[in-house]
Amino acid sequence: MPTVFEAPEINWAAIAPMLVVMAGGLIGIVVEAFVPRRRRHSVQVALSVVALVLAFVALVTLTVDNRVKTLGGSVVMDGMSVFLQGSLIVFGLLGVLTMAEKFGGDRPDAFTPMGAAIPGSAYEAAADRAGLATSEVFPLALFSLSGMMMFVAAGDLITMFVALEVLSLPLYVLVGLARRRRLLSQEASLKYFLLGAFASAFFLFGSALLYGYAATTDLDGIAAAITETRPGLEPLLVPAILLVLVGLLFKVGAVPFHSWTPDAYQGAPTPVTGFMAAATKLAAFGAILRFVYVGVEGTRWSWEVGLAVIAALTMVVGAVLSVTQTDIKRLLAYSSIAHAGFILVGVLAFSTLGLRGVMFYLLAYGLMTIAAFAIVSMVRQGGTEATQLSQWAGLGQRHPILAATFGFLLLAFAGIPLTSGFTAKFAAFAPAIESGTLGVVLVVIGVLASAVTAFVYVRIIVLMYFSDATSEDVVAAEASPLTTAAVAVGAVATVVLGIVPGPVLELAAQASELIR
Amino acid sequence: MTNPYTPMLILVALGAGFVIFSVGLAQIVGPKRYNRAKAEAYECGIQPSPQAAEGGRFPIKYYLTAMLFIIFDIEAVFLYPYAVAFDQLGLFTLLAMFLFLLNAFFIADAYVWKRGGFEWD
Amino acid sequence: MTFLVTAAAAEPGAAPAYAWLLIGLPLLGAAILLLGGRKTDSFGPLLATGLSWASFVLALPLLFAMLGRAPEDRAVEHVLYSWIRAGSFQLDAGILIDPLSMSFVLLITFVGSLIHVYSLGYMKDDPGHVRHEGHTLSAWEESRQPSERRRFFAYLNLFIAAMLLLVLANSYPLLFVGWEGVGLASYLLIGFWNHNPAYATAANKAFIVNRVGDMGVIAAIMAMFAAFGATDFAGVGAAAAEADTGVLVLIGLLLLLGATGKSAQFPLQSWLGDAMAGPTPVSALIHAATMVTAGVYLIVRSAPIFNNAPTAQTAVAVIGAVTLLYGAVVGMAKDDIKKALAASTMSQIGYMMLAAGLGPAGYAYAIFHLLTHGFFKAGMFLGAGSVMHGMKDEVNMRRFGGLSTFMKITWITFGLGWLAILGVPPFSGFWSKDAIIETAFIGEGIRPWLLGGAALVGAGITAFYMSRLFFMTFHGKRRWSERDYHPHESPPTMTVPMMVLAAGSALLGLILAWPFAETKPIVAWLEPVVGYGGSEAEPVLAIPVIIALTLIFVAIGAFVAYRMYIQEDVPTTAPVGSWGTQAARADLYQEEVNRTLFEQPGVALVHGLEHTDRSGVDGTVGGLATWIGDLSSRLRRIQNGFARSYALTMLTGVVLFLGAVWVMQ
Repeated sequence: MPTVFEAPEINWAAIAPMLVVMAGGLIGIVVEAFVPRRRRHSVQVALSVVALVLAFVALVTLTVDNRVKTLGGSVVMDGMSVFLQGSLIVFGLLGVLTMAEKFGGDRPDAFTPMGAAIPGSAYEAAADRAGLATSEVFPLALFSLSGMMMFVAAGDLITMFVALEVLSLPLYVLVGLARRRRLLSQEASLKYFLLGAFASAFFLFGSALLYGYAATTDLDGIAAAITETRPGLEPLLVPAILLVLVGLLFKVGAVPFHSWTPDAYQGAPTPVTGFMAAATKLAAFGAILRFVYVGVEGTRWSWEVGLAVIAALTMVVGAVLSVTQTDIKRLLAYSSIAHAGFILVGVLAFSTLGLRGVMFYLLAYGLMTIAAFAIVSMVRQGGTEATQLSQWAGLGQRHPILAATFGFLLLAFAGIPLTSGFTAKFAAFAPAIESGTLGVVLVVIGVLASAVTAFVYVRIIVLMYFSDATSEDVVAAEASPLTTAAVAVGAVATVVLGIVPGPVLELAAQASELIR
Repeated sequence: MTNPYTPMLILVALGAGFVIFSVGLAQIVGPKRYNRAKAEAYECGIQPSPQAAEGGRFPIKYYLTAMLFIIFDIEAVFLYPYAVAFDQLGLFTLLAMFLFLLNAFFIADAYVWKRGGFEWD
Repeated sequence: MTFLVTAAAAEPGAAPAYAWLLIGLPLLGAAILLLGGRKTDSFGPLLATGLSWASFVLALPLLFAMLGRAPEDRAVEHVLYSWIRAGSFQLDAGILIDPLSMSFVLLITFVGSLIHVYSLGYMKDDPGHVRHEGHTLSAWEESRQPSERRRFFAYLNLFIAAMLLLVLANSYPLLFVGWEGVGLASYLLIGFWNHNPAYATAANKAFIVNRVGDMGVIAAIMAMFAAFGATDFAGVGAAAAEADTGVLVLIGLLLLLGATGKSAQFPLQSWLGDAMAGPTPVSALIHAATMVTAGVYLIVRSAPIFNNAPTAQTAVAVIGAVTLLYGAVVGMAKDDIKKALAASTMSQIGYMMLAAGLGPAGYAYAIFHLLTHGFFKAGMFLGAGSVMHGMKDEVNMRRFGGLSTFMKITWITFGLGWLAILGVPPFSGFWSKDAIIETAFIGEGIRPWLLGGAALVGAGITAFYMSRLFFMTFHGKRRWSERDYHPHESPPTMTVPMMVLAAGSALLGLILAWPFAETKPIVAWLEPVVGYGGSEAEPVLAIPVIIALTLIFVAIGAFVAYRMYIQEDVPTTAPVGSWGTQAARADLYQEEVNRTLFEQPGVALVHGLEHTDRSGVDGTVGGLATWIGDLSSRLRRIQNGFARSYALTMLTGVVLFLGAVWVMQ
């Protein structure tokens, strides 16, 4: 133990965005405590938006010029961190907008008035009558977001684990707060929590083994240790890497660690699903990229085939299982699994171009996903969300613009040219093809899986436009400017990134830089 | 040593063997006498009193208390090492500790307090 | 000297920018009428007519400006914008105004405007919607009926615009835009009365047959791009001078394919007869005077290619000769006045093609005949329309006869057209057709005898069937009853255009081939574009001999018709006739040939493909889909909702993941 404690260098400018988001969350808790109930919602929304905008401003003014390793190497603000944190803030902003939607009611539409009450109990009914609202969702979302931002910038395994928990715990709570179908929501929350804890255990176990091998949790230190020989410790290395990867792959929903995804996506309040699908996936892929590219690339020959098998399985299982889904949210959940597989293909390119492609893919996918789930939250029958696919029949005749937007987003999911989905897939797959035989095999599987998913998406479009409605009372709720804005941003970005992806690809290329 | 993984494999086998052995043995040789006490929610020998409402679920306030305990617990975890070495740590750490207490302790407690978490009924 | 000529040809002067209004005005008219809806019903037809005339008036200052320049400076170009830019390839959308395109502009706008005026009268009573026997429309239904007159005039304007674009384009791709545009307008107008399924079928037939030709043009453009790297007229012309003959022959034959489609030449002529389903003004404008001559324009415009590809040139001449006889033979047997005229159109365009295939000696005469034909054939079609107008839309000539006393103006104007097409001096057909026959007799070996002989025989047959048509309609006994028909003269809106066109039929040839000039004016006029048109070599027969022979053939043809259709009674139902008559009546079995050669193998191929698709491709795809669905249902069972089994899945995954990597090491 050193006699004098050395305070680490802190580059405040570099970590300012994270601090702003965390401060926003903390102030949100204070708001919960002291602001009168009827004004809490508007104050919380305003606070969250202000915090996120400030964080974005801080990112583009301060952080971009302070790309450093800071806090003793535990936070690495390099190009990738900046790009992904910027994307996360945008997702957070869109997510907050959709979460704040009231659909003409007196409180956020998606969330239960009292999360702790037993579903269907008199207590819950009383809370409902009293007009309670769970405005804690906004600070929770901000906390989760700050964890995600830290996750993509984590320079050592401990920070990464802390960030993982900081991002996960609020999400577990958020998933359980759906206003309708409470039991399903709570079940989803519990499953997500249990399996998340299970995955965290793998991550921790792997970290422990890696520490045993390298005598450090620092990713640079691990990378350096891999280049040396460690007599007697060699057997620890590969299982350790695989276990850490399991923890991270769980978060992106890769097969066979995907089981939670459909249940959690279906049970969660729809705006939370959108936020979770976009932001969690991005954050987890950011951590995977950093762990794989910075930490353990030196020994990649010994595990990349394993990761490739997982990527292939993820694409195939995600695509195949989406075929038989009858619930739109579950369907999109399986679609997100398939997309995780596609992104993994880009990761396995192991090149700067691959990094660029993955980052672009994450941004494009997140934007279209938030918009798609926002639209899902608008389609209703008798006041509740109409998530059964059969309820969507004939929607195109009654709500042509809404259905057209959704159809367009589905085409983007399928990766049809002139949508961002195509550009993204191209950006992720092209470097994989150049990386060698393994990449080519994966891309072939990816294209085949895309064809299967395209079939699924086109079927929905056909359903919306060429089937007669089963019941007349399925309508799209009148959305406030909040949701409309989120949908519009997502859809417009999907068009723009599909037609003129140049500037953003260029930005991602400039950001394809990892500080080791 | 032929294969470096052999000891790990042996360890895994030993662990699995122990679990299978003990659970299996209990299944085989343990007497199976069911009674009311064994079917209780918490088989600890003590009658839950009063019976939790609505199908054996405990009121949320028990959990609240448990979580409050965790807040204080974690504070203590961090405060103790700080107290031991604070003279070597300087002003920065003092400020950092202050911030930590503000965030974890004051804000959390203020929230619980204002939202009625300290009231039992 | 050569250098100077090249420089002058390569650098056309600048045309005034307003030249684009030539195309723009009728296009605007079409847009207003189609988009304006019911509001334009009242003034729409007049507006369309006015804009068509405006286009003609606009062409006049361009003409005078052109006449004011030296012959080699007459071509002017105006580039509107850079149309296609791909790498080093650049194509500007621009219009080229030279004597050739100017001739067409004047013909199209003048005849087109006259026909607009005629249509004002002809379409006046067209209800424009389905007339059900014994069913009167309610007032509400009546108000819901679309105004078809407006639609008709919109299409006419659209046609004028597209045709002008075709002839004014400065490059093959832009020409092709116009080419497709006129095809579209033709389709829309043939099927104008589309409540009659037969008419709709006729429209489809015209469109589909034309597609075959259009493929030729597209392939030709691609070949030009591949071989020359240029598709504008100037660039292609420059490159063709040094290009390989084989390439030029290929491009020439492809262009010829396009021309046969658009101009109803053998073997793609089958659509023209059916196209008579359209309103008669349409037949006059599109299927006689202008659009069907676009093929001739294409060949003449591509002179630099054909001049260096003798094989392709010969093919053009042969196609022309074959078609002129073919059309003439078919024309002899038709009893439908419009179909007989259509066969005649086919035959006359055959003459033009023949001339265009004779090289620089014939180009000017091809255009010359095209112009005179534009007048006299349009005039005769309008006359036929006038007859139908007075005879309750009857088209069967066997039910006409002796109409000359009832419709004097129609009779006289039609008669002038008849004299013109027969080639009776001094009417316009004499000057243009005779020039073609003379030129066809130029050459060596058997070729002039075959081509010239065909032209000569064709002239005789033409005289026969046109006289037959004229006599059956206007002379002889009345083969209609006063009770059913009340023949009457048409209103002035119809007769005035007919008179103007008749005047042209009578005089245009004389003016353009002024016999006392050193060089015929039309030849001098077109010389800067197509090269010298006068014959340097002498025909194999002396010119007076050819003229005399032609006139003898014509006289025989007309006399035979006189004997058969005036001196003898015409039965009101067609006699069965000899096998030759039957064959001609059936368009020489072209339909059957098409059906056997193209349709049946095509149908068989489609059936085969469809079967392969259904059992093979669909089977595979369907099977795959079913298989994926099954797999999906199976995999779904793993997703059973129990957190414990999810955890087990994860654990199994981890174990397999670790185990697999371990084994691989």
